[in-house]
Amino acid sequence: MATKQQQLPTLATKVKPFQLKSEKPIDWCPGCGDFGIVNAVQQAVSELGLVPWKVNFFTGIGCSGKSSQYLQAYGVHTLHGRVLPYALGSKIVNPDNVVLAAGGDGDGYGIGGGHFLHAGRRNVDITYIVFNNEVYGLTKGQASPTLEVGMQPKSLALPHISQSINPLALAIAAGYTFVARSYSFDAKHLKQTIMAAIEHRGISLVDVHQPCPTYNDLHPKEYYSEKVIENGTEMPRVYYLDDTDYNGVVADSTDAEAVNAKKIEAIERAYKREERIALGVYWKIDMPTYEDRLQSVIPALQGTSPITIPFHDEDMIPTTDLSYAYEEFLV
Amino acid sequence: MGVITDTSWMIGGPQGSGVDSSATLFARSMAVAGYWVYGKREYHSNIKGAHSYFHLRVKTTPVRSHIDPIHLLSTFEDSTAEIHAHEIVAGGALIYDPSVTKPETLEMDASVKLFPIEFETIIRDLAEELGKPAAKLAIVKNTIAVAASLALYGVGLDVLEEALKGLFRGKKAGLVGVNLAAGKKAYQVIQSVEGWDTFAYRLAPQTNKPEPNSRLLMNGAAACGIGKLKAGCRFQTYYSITPAVDECIWLEQQTEYGIVVYQAEDEIASINMANGAAYTGARTSTATSGPGFCLKAEGIGWAGMNEVPTVITNYQRGGPSTGLPTRNEQGDLLFALNIGHGDFPRIVVASGDMEECFEDGFNAFNFAERYQTPTILLIDKALANSTQTIPKFAEKHLRIDRGQIVGAPESFNPEDPATGLPKFNRFKVTESGISPRSLPGTPGRIHFLTGDEHTEYGVITEKPEIRIAMMDKRDRKLHTAAREIPQDLQFKLYGPEQADITIVGWGSSKGIIIDALDELKAQGVTANYLHIRLMSPFPAEKVAEILTNAKKTMIIESNFSNQLAKVIKMETGITIPHHVAKYTGRPISQCEAVSAVQEVLTKNSRKVMLSCGH
Repeated sequence: MATKQQQLPTLATKVKPFQLKSEKPIDWCPGCGDFGIVNAVQQAVSELGLVPWKVNFFTGIGCSGKSSQYLQAYGVHTLHGRVLPYALGSKIVNPDNVVLAAGGDGDGYGIGGGHFLHAGRRNVDITYIVFNNEVYGLTKGQASPTLEVGMQPKSLALPHISQSINPLALAIAAGYTFVARSYSFDAKHLKQTIMAAIEHRGISLVDVHQPCPTYNDLHPKEYYSEKVIENGTEMPRVYYLDDTDYNGVVADSTDAEAVNAKKIEAIERAYKREERIALGVYWKIDMPTYEDRLQSVIPALQGTSPITIPFHDEDMIPTTDLSYAYEEFLV
Repeated sequence: MGVITDTSWMIGGPQGSGVDSSATLFARSMAVAGYWVYGKREYHSNIKGAHSYFHLRVKTTPVRSHIDPIHLLSTFEDSTAEIHAHEIVAGGALIYDPSVTKPETLEMDASVKLFPIEFETIIRDLAEELGKPAAKLAIVKNTIAVAASLALYGVGLDVLEEALKGLFRGKKAGLVGVNLAAGKKAYQVIQSVEGWDTFAYRLAPQTNKPEPNSRLLMNGAAACGIGKLKAGCRFQTYYSITPAVDECIWLEQQTEYGIVVYQAEDEIASINMANGAAYTGARTSTATSGPGFCLKAEGIGWAGMNEVPTVITNYQRGGPSTGLPTRNEQGDLLFALNIGHGDFPRIVVASGDMEECFEDGFNAFNFAERYQTPTILLIDKALANSTQTIPKFAEKHLRIDRGQIVGAPESFNPEDPATGLPKFNRFKVTESGISPRSLPGTPGRIHFLTGDEHTEYGVITEKPEIRIAMMDKRDRKLHTAAREIPQDLQFKLYGPEQADITIVGWGSSKGIIIDALDELKAQGVTANYLHIRLMSPFPAEKVAEILTNAKKTMIIESNFSNQLAKVIKMETGITIPHHVAKYTGRPISQCEAVSAVQEVLTKNSRKVMLSCGH
């Protein structure tokens, strides 16, 4: 099946980022990484010229979950761990809207882990942004699934004895078609990554490293901005994949062997052991979306979508003709 | 020569051996002959091997329930006769394979007539005639068992042919010939047994024959599915679970209508995807059964809090826990009325028969969208898996009600995006409790949803005065619904206004009790039946009025604790003094209902426990 071009609903005159700020006062802690992410989302929506009322922003529960209240678009604060089911259900019935989903690492990789995995298989055209700070902030700093074994942020009574998951490798293995990492206080990179994720046709994961200034004392803002020694040289902690010779983009998605080789390379890159943190696109492949595949098995959906197929006339009389459905039962 | 107008037939066998297809062929044949049919399917939670059976009742007039005695037991393997032979009435008959069943070893009435059929011989002869390997024809055993039964009942071969043509259509049309040939041989065998035409339960010919193709032979799962299609359902989510999966698979096959049926990774995903889609504006439902329904509690609460019109069909099966996965129970009523933490309005409807499954499947979306709240349909497994001949559903009176949906405001100017940005008070406090809703994508109507308590604009708040206003507003919707939902969709009194006893019931009890009323009348008992369909908002006032004016009241339910009796007590303060309960997982029969009423009348029993059926 051939892949299609992304078509986003855009305005002739872009709205400014400030117009996309809602009036709701933000109640995150001072210095929280969440601010950077919400700003980047507002800027990305503005810069892409998206129609704000066609943007549907779904969020999970936790500090990050409140983000949907801070963007002037249709915002849905869902349930803990369930942001992806909401976003998928919404996008499948109305593919004309731009669907963004966001939530914390505990929300998405912990309680929502099953949905995180299976969303990859479907490849519905949505963008999923994960606020990754290694802790459950809103409940006072318990370990999230990305906290490494042996770590003990100040809020933990004992050192952490469970292993961490690798969200990028997991996403690539699960079938996500765009997998990237960014950092909440790298405003430019984060905005560009979110824009690229929205422009990607298929399910995108943007895993965003962020400090939790209140509960994660191991990885504060200073941790990300400090220098590390690599091969005897002082280097910045955070660097870009674009500045390396790594390229995670699959050139030809029909070449199964090349796709497989690239996938292994991408997972290997996601597992690279280093003191530094590489930002950028780890994996991108163009594949038919769930919506494309639906149309291929349900001819009635071709050129239309579930929400647009009429089922009543002006007098609200149902127009569905049941004769096809009745056929097998007639006696 | 006996001729009757009401008969009971059973076929059984290991799961996976074709019991279902045999029953379908038999039911279809009887329907083609103009009779009315009701069949219940009983099976284990097993793929192959465990004993399953189909119990069908055939009448010259419409039928809605089964009776316990068997008039004709048709078998093609050894287990069914061993388990069920003792249920055959005096003068009834047994069709069996003499190579595996020895009638002298069976516990059975001595007057039961025996009709041995050498299935293997028939298949071998057929294979030779057709030049096909016998192993490939093994499946026609089912047709032989059915054809032999039809012969005994006095139904012609032409009827079998017609039924086979109805069953094997399109690509499968080639199967008609071989099955008909097998059927012919079965007729010959039966007609060679002395006294075959004096079978005591030979059916009276149908004189009042309905027009061909004027009726449906259908189960409750499909009836509900058809109602959903008519309503314009465009998205149905599910996670594989018995017996809800039947409706989902049927809907998935209806590709003509553009409905998307989504098999989610789990029950939690399926309710929350449904919420997402319903909020977006598609008519959306999810279907599940007990264990899955438990997992949906939080999502249903979210829909209540956010006033999202999600429809949930819960096919009731035996609980608690995995319970009796493939058996009937009306055990989820109290749970459905209370599912989710905290207080929020929900509409709960329990369907009583195929027509109600269809109508409720349709109306659920109207209720959900008009009152902007989750709507739960309760359907008993006994309805979901039972097959019945019914007139085609009435459709002309149906109307779509999408409730209050607003488009872009007049102030919106497409040239000026800023005019599309203003916030909208989606949760406006109104007298009816219902607030106008806008769908995402609508300019000038941007708002938020949140499971937290919220303002009219959907902004999170913990202010006491807003909390009070919002809780009250949401609750008012239920009062509005109670006023607006037509009374005949809430409850109905069947039978005479004044009666010796008023029987209360719900769900699949409806057909059984209505059939029982006639039999009771013949026995000199005047009874009427109060059928309750709308469980939330509960029609307390009217129900109380009927119960207060009744001479004597009793309740029949397929659950352990008489849950509807508890609801009635809670809602009206009235205690129903006589409880009939069945919780074996097997549906109540007409015979059981009649004897339970007699027991209450003659012995004044407070509690009657029913247990018929294997």
